[in-house]
Amino acid sequence: MNEYITLSLILFTIGSVGVLVRRNAIVVFMCIELMLNATNLAFVSFSRQNGNLDGQVAAFFVMVVAAAEVVVGLSIIVSIYRARRSASVDEASLLKS
Amino acid sequence: MTAFWFLAPIMVIAALGLVFARKAVHAALCLAVVMISLAVLYAAQGAPFLFAVQIIVYTGAIMMLFLFVLMLVGVDSSDAVKETIGGQRLAAGIIGLIFGITVVLAIGQTVSGAVVGLKAANGNGNPYGLSELLFGKYVLAFEFTSALLITAALAAMVLAHKERLTVRHSQADIAARRMREYAESGRHPGPLPAPGVFARHNAVDTPALLPDGSPLESSVSDSIVGRGQVRQGFEDDIDRLVEQVGDEQPRDESFGGEK
Repeated sequence: MNEYITLSLILFTIGSVGVLVRRNAIVVFMCIELMLNATNLAFVSFSRQNGNLDGQVAAFFVMVVAAAEVVVGLSIIVSIYRARRSASVDEASLLKS
Repeated sequence: MTAFWFLAPIMVIAALGLVFARKAVHAALCLAVVMISLAVLYAAQGAPFLFAVQIIVYTGAIMMLFLFVLMLVGVDSSDAVKETIGGQRLAAGIIGLIFGITVVLAIGQTVSGAVVGLKAANGNGNPYGLSELLFGKYVLAFEFTSALLITAALAAMVLAHKERLTVRHSQADIAARRMREYAESGRHPGPLPAPGVFARHNAVDTPALLPDGSPLESSVSDSIVGRGQVRQGFEDDIDRLVEQVGDEQPRDESFGGEK
């Protein structure tokens, strides 16, 4: 059991480091997807450990929310790119005085 | 467990590739590898429904959306090599390592090894058990999910919408403008002549020939003219070919157009 959880934690950590390190907004977004997937793996593993399907339902809801989040996030990235011709997270610094 | 020990190193390497890949498309492919491997792990853990959903929703829809946006934004928009904050990558790596060790130790101690398994819960089949939960205990959350999806679709439409800055010309407007131009300046209202008409080639860079044999510049696209790629000379390969063949075969002078 611990192997699955450990793998999920490793993937989550790699995803969070990616969010901190990468500068391209789309890659940052992909790292967030990796973190969501890692939590899904943990949900499914805990579901098997506890012998009920609630964890799988939670993973299913995470997938639905992730799909909605990707749609909105990517359209925000596209509209930022249209306005500023760049997909780098460093470029979007309008709030900086 | 074989599937796990086979897939786990692949997944970790692909996830690291997501962090280290210079090009965004490579990162997307690495993420697709992680997602498909995760689907196999779901199947191995008694979740065949999530296995299908993972492949259809994540690798099928979400990854395709990512690749679409990558194509829209530009494949070569790779990361800047220069760090904007000094030592940020090193600091992020150290913090990530500390976070990983902490969380593995903490959760490794709390998770007990006893595994109940899903034999009983999946008794009527995994989709049946899931639907019983989804439409029973979690039906309210399920309804909210549908509202969320509709909101997301509307938000995407609003965000991707672009205001039209110029007046839209209808087909009737364009036709009226053409006839007006014809009346004022004598410009032909029909379409421009196609390149290559009556010429020896029908390639786009060969101007059409007028009945007197002179080339018609307006039959070639402006961009080709602008690049200076209009084929000027008509003394080209076909003439040479005819000369070579002409030694062996009698040449029919009445056949073939004039220059």
